Amino acid sequence: MSAAARAWRAVGTRARRLRNLVVGTWQHSLQLRVATTTLLVTGVVVLVIGIFIVDQVAEGVLRAKREAAIQQANVGLDSARSAFLDVDSSDAGAVQKARSQVISTLSANGRSAGLFNITVESPTPSDLTNSVKISAGLRDAVKDHDLAVQYAPVPLTPTGTKRVPGLIVGEPVQARTGLFELYYLFPLTAEQQTIALLQRTVLLSGLGLVLLVVAIAMLVTRQVVRPVRVAARTAGRLAEGDLSQRISVRGTDDIARLGRSFNDMAGSLQRQIRRLEDLSRLQRRFTSDVSHELRTPLTTIRMAAELLHAGRDEFPPELSRSAELLRAELDRFESLLDDLLEISRYDAGVASLESETTDIRGVVTTSVDASRMLAERHGSEVVVDLPNRPVPVDIDARRVERILRNLLGNALDHSEGKPVVVTVGYDDDAVAVTVRDHGVGLRPGEAGLVFNRFWRGDPSRSRLTGGTGLGLAISLEDARLHDGWLQAWGERGKGAQFRLTLPRQAGHTLLTSPLPLGPDDEYEDE
Amino acid sequence: MLVVDDDSALAEMLGIVLRTDGFEPAFVPDGSRALQAFRETKPDVVLLDLMLPGLSGIDVCRAIRAESGTPIIMLTAKSDTVDVVLGLESGADDYVVKPFKPKELVARMRARLRHHEDVGSETLTIGPLDAPLTIDVPAHQVTRDGGQIALTPLEFDLLVALARKPRQVFTREVLLEQVWGYRHAADTRLVNVHVQRLRSKVERDPERPEVVLTVRGVGYKAGPP
Repeated sequence: MSAAARAWRAVGTRARRLRNLVVGTWQHSLQLRVATTTLLVTGVVVLVIGIFIVDQVAEGVLRAKREAAIQQANVGLDSARSAFLDVDSSDAGAVQKARSQVISTLSANGRSAGLFNITVESPTPSDLTNSVKISAGLRDAVKDHDLAVQYAPVPLTPTGTKRVPGLIVGEPVQARTGLFELYYLFPLTAEQQTIALLQRTVLLSGLGLVLLVVAIAMLVTRQVVRPVRVAARTAGRLAEGDLSQRISVRGTDDIARLGRSFNDMAGSLQRQIRRLEDLSRLQRRFTSDVSHELRTPLTTIRMAAELLHAGRDEFPPELSRSAELLRAELDRFESLLDDLLEISRYDAGVASLESETTDIRGVVTTSVDASRMLAERHGSEVVVDLPNRPVPVDIDARRVERILRNLLGNALDHSEGKPVVVTVGYDDDAVAVTVRDHGVGLRPGEAGLVFNRFWRGDPSRSRLTGGTGLGLAISLEDARLHDGWLQAWGERGKGAQFRLTLPRQAGHTLLTSPLPLGPDDEYEDE
Repeated sequence: MLVVDDDSALAEMLGIVLRTDGFEPAFVPDGSRALQAFRETKPDVVLLDLMLPGLSGIDVCRAIRAESGTPIIMLTAKSDTVDVVLGLESGADDYVVKPFKPKELVARMRARLRHHEDVGSETLTIGPLDAPLTIDVPAHQVTRDGGQIALTPLEFDLLVALARKPRQVFTREVLLEQVWGYRHAADTRLVNVHVQRLRSKVERDPERPEVVLTVRGVGYKAGPP
């Protein structure tokens, strides 16, 4: 990269950073936005009003001046006429004399329209030396009409060369021979000064007004924004778990009401959460107490039942069968109790994960081995498809084994003697285990129901495992505890497939599963 | 053998079952008298309920462990991780969760009482070269630099199992089977806790083990002799 490109990029980066800063501040600060908006709006309004005022006043001043000037001209017309009445325009001396006389007379005559100078133009050109050149347009107008007015630069003094903005009033004076033109030159310095002063005044007061309004806007916004900021900060602390946070409230205005409502809300929240925490603690205690209190007598019953069962050969047939039933139902009772306690542990939010890096193949093999007996009872074969390399995963092996045992038990229950296929797939981020049966399958919509507690697909079907109806619900909780997925697919007559997907590293968020949820297998046509 | 349990019905039932299996149980209904009874009866194995009036099961366990390596099997109503681990860490060798089957309990007890076949004189050496451990198997003695290290029978069995095949990596399941006598999959936390206890006795620095090494994702093996 060339130095220039680097420099450009640096400039670009800085510009971007600056823009981000500005945009960020703009978006974050309500006060800044209100102040800026107020500044723009009042600025425009004051500007328009100011221009209007200056314009009106200037026009008035000039109109007055113009009227005074015309009046002045009319007043002097008679004396000028009498002076030029008998002057022959070709007689330069006479013209000069008359001119001087007119100028001195008129100059002395009045000051009602302010200072002015006088210039006379004679019908014969260049016999009078005038310091002011009257424009041809004005002269034509004067010759044609009685009186003409023009704004043009004029000298401040009769002989001065400095020009200032001025007003020229011209009038024709009829001499014996030819038409003389008499021009009054009014410098507008005084008026200009007046207008300039006015402009300055309007500008300054407008500026002051705008600043004042902006300041007021900022002050008002600040008064509103500050409590809102305090409320936001307090709400943030509340959200972080510090439930004792409150806003200090003064007065009875709207802001105070906001603060009071906020505090009421926080108080109610705190009470609710305390109550829930108490409940959760109670629930935990209850779970643990039930566990102990129920299990101790159950142990005695269990041992007595085992003893009776062991000696059942010596009993009459009814008693012998009773002993068998007693033992079998105790098994069911125990697993139901276990499942209930486990699920109440999840409900109380006290289930904890004991993660360890484990080869998933070992966990699958253990679970499948544990299900061998059940598979034999169902007459179903369990086919396992494992990767030929170790797949280390961060899992709580006890929970994952429980999930897989539940899935296998469920699949075998519904296998109808057909094979159950367990497949393990993996990629860099996740590992998936699918358990597929080829039994009755699921009706549409049932795939979402199977994880519900005590849900049974077909109430009329008997179950060899005597499942508690909680197994899949617990499995789902177990999977969730791992940040994993447990999903079901099923179709009437084609069987069902459950897929467990777990992140290989704890805390990793799953995006995809290495195995499809639906089936892709070779038993489809059977 | 000694049974420490406060539930009289369960204690009586345990008595019936254990006598049927040829044990001679003695009973203590509360924790505060357990240690005294232990000293008087000198049992081969202790069955200890975790929840007891008086002294808690955990405290009784610690007290017995402080003066003897006698196998202790906890009877626990909870399978909660914290309680089980706490019990094991306080010195229990094994545990059974209520409600258990009598056969299960007896199997656990027999595993702890199993007498090792006489192997003649067998001496094993493991650990770092500059400070190796010498294990005299028939004498149940472990020494380092002539100093004897006191291990419970279970810890000794665990160490011997690892030391007999120094290069082999043992999974937790295999150790559960060889040392605890579980034939089915069981709680691998048993292994973890006891490896920690063993390390605290035989390692020079339990944070950096040299005798019992962890093989990540697989299990444990003995350090090189």
